Amino acid sequence: MSQYYVGILILICINLLAVLGLSLMTGFTGLFNFGQAGFLAVGAYTATILTTHYAIPFLPALAAGMAVSVLTSFIIGYPTLRLKGDYFAIATLGFAEVVRLLVENLEKLTGGSRGIPRIPTNTSLPLALGASIIALWLVANYVSSRHGRNCVAVREDELAAESIGVDSFRYKQVVFAINAALGGLSGGLLAHYVGFIQPSMFSTIKSTELIVMVIFGGMHSLTGAVFSAIVLTSLPELLRTAQAWRLVAYGALVVLIMVARPEGLMGSWELTPANIKALFKKSGSAEEGE
Amino acid sequence: MALLNIEDLTKDFGGVRAVDHFSQELEKGGLYAIIGPNGAGKTTIFNLITGIYKPSEGRIYFEDEEITGRPTHEIAQKGIARTFQNIRLFSDFSVRDNVRTACSRYASYSILEGLIPTPRRAREEKELADRSSRLLELVGLSNRADELSKNLPYGHQRRLEIARALAQEPVLLLLDEPAAGMNPDETVDLMEFIEEIHETFDLTILLIEHHMEVVMGLADDIVVIDFGRTIAQGTPEEVQSNPTVIEAYLGEED
Repeated sequence: MSQYYVGILILICINLLAVLGLSLMTGFTGLFNFGQAGFLAVGAYTATILTTHYAIPFLPALAAGMAVSVLTSFIIGYPTLRLKGDYFAIATLGFAEVVRLLVENLEKLTGGSRGIPRIPTNTSLPLALGASIIALWLVANYVSSRHGRNCVAVREDELAAESIGVDSFRYKQVVFAINAALGGLSGGLLAHYVGFIQPSMFSTIKSTELIVMVIFGGMHSLTGAVFSAIVLTSLPELLRTAQAWRLVAYGALVVLIMVARPEGLMGSWELTPANIKALFKKSGSAEEGE
Repeated sequence: MALLNIEDLTKDFGGVRAVDHFSQELEKGGLYAIIGPNGAGKTTIFNLITGIYKPSEGRIYFEDEEITGRPTHEIAQKGIARTFQNIRLFSDFSVRDNVRTACSRYASYSILEGLIPTPRRAREEKELADRSSRLLELVGLSNRADELSKNLPYGHQRRLEIARALAQEPVLLLLDEPAAGMNPDETVDLMEFIEEIHETFDLTILLIEHHMEVVMGLADDIVVIDFGRTIAQGTPEEVQSNPTVIEAYLGEED
């Protein structure tokens, strides 16, 4: 396989990690997060500073990036997770901007807006692929557990969820932390794949790109998250020959899907043996398999 | 000692006093009703008991333990379940999952086991599935278990909401206008259903009702409130003949 395709595959895995966290948090628990890039930045800079300044080995540095990211989610989450939906979304937007500006201004540590060059490119395909498969397995387990159902209950009706004994704040903290861990891992892998990081890589555009992937694939479907991470990461690359028009095509496709199918491509459909069987049984009848 | 003991409960919303020094004791096993005209403060009392609102004054004791101002989920875990006036189901859940989620306290596997399955998780999940199937059978919804709850007819949604509350295996069940929006036939069915679960689940029930005739045949003890204050209390016969009630609740008939 040529280096080019390996690269795209690695990028797919890196995006998938960040999207899985978001899918759990935004799709399943109903907490809109427009600041995922902030967690990527925390993970990326923590891991990178450790590997480049302190010569810490790659894997422990990645783990440290995840840990700092999770810690950040607790600090941000404690005051903001009690906010109502829209206000929380705005808080996450602000959080990502704060992280970006901090990184830009802590020049000694982060290289400011010039970034950090010459990062060891340790992220290999087996590592990225392995990490995303394990992450997918964990998140899929979580979603089908009683804790996953409690999260969906919070999304559906927080007051009713509380009334049957679900501690909604705790569940929000938990999914926010899982999301932060995956986002931090994604950022650490990204830095050690590209070999260079700078604050502009973690702008609102990156956050938007990730949340679009969740919505595009289907808010309530992990299958959708995987599918859209693959399609929406590789599409701009495959369209590279069209140069300037490729982002227009990308945008148009997303708009088209959202108009034609507001619940996202997969809606809440999951790729499980039982669901595939059901799909074949009624093939020919209805097109929309929900 | 009473199961639920409400002392001098008061709730102000700005300048409006929704509940005014309301006191009430519920004995274990009783079937109580609160009735009163619209805006009398009935639902506010439920929201105070379940911790959705914090009272301005007064205390609430459940099983001799003060629960005033505790978080809603904690009060629910202590054994108080409720339904809502304007049905609040998890509408994108199947009928089965609505009930299964409420059974959840009977499974104790951790978040970590949520991520990495263990034999204990499998065992407890099976227990949850069995429990919810049995309960759905009991309330007569097992033939619709896999339908989305939002697709159920209205009467069934009410029944499902009660089933979800029963899944918590509560000691005290609060029903907020369970017959709201039902036709007379459905109402009769529902009242029989409530009587049935009262016995089979060994429950203490407190229900709110707007229509007096609905609770007449059902409750042992009726509290009539108006403007957040108790204006009468007693057996259905006593309440029905009380002149204050007739004036305040039924309006002056002349």
